Amino acid sequence: MMTESIIEIRDLCKSFGDHDVLKGIDLSVRRGEVVCIIGSSGSGKSTMLRCINLLETPTSGDIIFEGNSILEKNVKLGNYRTKVGMVFQQFNLFDNMTVLKNCTVGQIKVLGKKRAEAEKTALEFLEKVGMAQYRNAMPRQLSGGQKQRVAIARTLSMSPDVILFDEPTSALDPEMVGEVLEVMKKLADAGFTMIVVTHEMQFAREVSDRVIFMDQGVIAEEGSPEEIFTSPKNPRTCEFLARVLN
Amino acid sequence: MGFFNDVFEIISKYYYFLLQGVGYTMLIALTGTVAGLAIGLLSGIIRTAPLSRNGFLRALHKIINALISAYIEIFRGTPMMVQAMVIYWGFALFNGGKTLPLIPSGIIIVSINTGAYMAEIVRGGIMSIDKGQTEGALSIGMTHRQTMFSVIIPQVMRNILPSVSNEFVINIKDTSVLNVIGVTELYHFADIIKRNSAKTFQTYFVVCIIYFILTFSVTRLLRLAEKKLMGKENYVICGSQSDSKAEIHVKEEADHHDD
Repeated sequence: MMTESIIEIRDLCKSFGDHDVLKGIDLSVRRGEVVCIIGSSGSGKSTMLRCINLLETPTSGDIIFEGNSILEKNVKLGNYRTKVGMVFQQFNLFDNMTVLKNCTVGQIKVLGKKRAEAEKTALEFLEKVGMAQYRNAMPRQLSGGQKQRVAIARTLSMSPDVILFDEPTSALDPEMVGEVLEVMKKLADAGFTMIVVTHEMQFAREVSDRVIFMDQGVIAEEGSPEEIFTSPKNPRTCEFLARVLN
Repeated sequence: MGFFNDVFEIISKYYYFLLQGVGYTMLIALTGTVAGLAIGLLSGIIRTAPLSRNGFLRALHKIINALISAYIEIFRGTPMMVQAMVIYWGFALFNGGKTLPLIPSGIIIVSINTGAYMAEIVRGGIMSIDKGQTEGALSIGMTHRQTMFSVIIPQVMRNILPSVSNEFVINIKDTSVLNVIGVTELYHFADIIKRNSAKTFQTYFVVCIIYFILTFSVTRLLRLAEKKLMGKENYVICGSQSDSKAEIHVKEEADHHDD
């Protein structure tokens, strides 16, 4: 089971107008694997992640999820997205709903669960991220770190197979980064498949099974955290790491 | 003293006319605003919906969008008084001289006119909601429709309430132009009273005050409603990181801090 690839990206290209952001990405992620994507801003990390759950439509290439292309016309997009959850840099909690409703609305509307059942699941995950006691708070009453933990619980409530994290700590005050990374570490330990775009090198190094370095729309180097952080082969990787690690 | 006597005389003698006028004015203004909001919501939702990938639906959507745009431009670009004449007599022309009853005519005219303004208000309201709200909803598998009705529209309604109140107040005043087709709203009765009493200034003075009382109380009432919908202005961040006792302060119901 652990070697089965759950997501496979083949020659993925994405352009905005005549600006080519992704120039042929090949990446395969195994079930249970934690992959961190690093690279300077503008290298296409977030775009790639957004292509995976089709918030951006790829210009060309293919994305295979559990053996089937998700770019086929008859793919049920909503269905697919419940299996591939996404955590955003700006949290994107629903501002008009309480913490609990944020975590139940998808279960009720998309998965068709009963309210009581949805609430039970939501509370379970809110407990896990340490936010259960805030269930009746509105998003604007929470700090950034708390919002992000709720956003993670919301994603988990949909019981996804893969979770995409798009710079989940970049919009947080430094003192709140830790609490979110802590939760993510727990998820990694629990065996979730995670693709994480991050600037937290420490996290990438400790938690990921594999680190991808992206540069100018391509994967410039990939390998174990050990390989990337201690003996990078690509000069661009060295340059980038020298910049961010000091 | 003569002036105030005249005013009292007009009120006591014609209060039934005045009340009836107020009743119809408010009926037309309120129904017209609500129906206009419904028209505005519908066209705002249609115009901001993403185009389908299906060729036929895409073309249909584009045609509907163009029709909505034309409707908005035409009804915002012509006076309601003229619209009233065109719609009322136009209907009569195409129905063998049979006119629509007056009050329904008035309601229809105000609704269509308000709808054109509301469509723009709603569109602006939808566009002002952060794109992240939509992306958050899509990312948990919600359809565009579910996103709209569960996430976006509730926030839009709260945001556009001030503009909707404004339209309501405008409508209370603007129903007076329906006098042109003879709708029995407040201004129409003012005309009758003026002719009967032969006291022009005194009559319109009374009617002026009545209009102001109507608009002023509606403004105040809606401001109250707005405040309720907006929720509290001051709030505490539940359990800030620097406060070790924060979790004890958490409230079960987050609504005790109304100002």
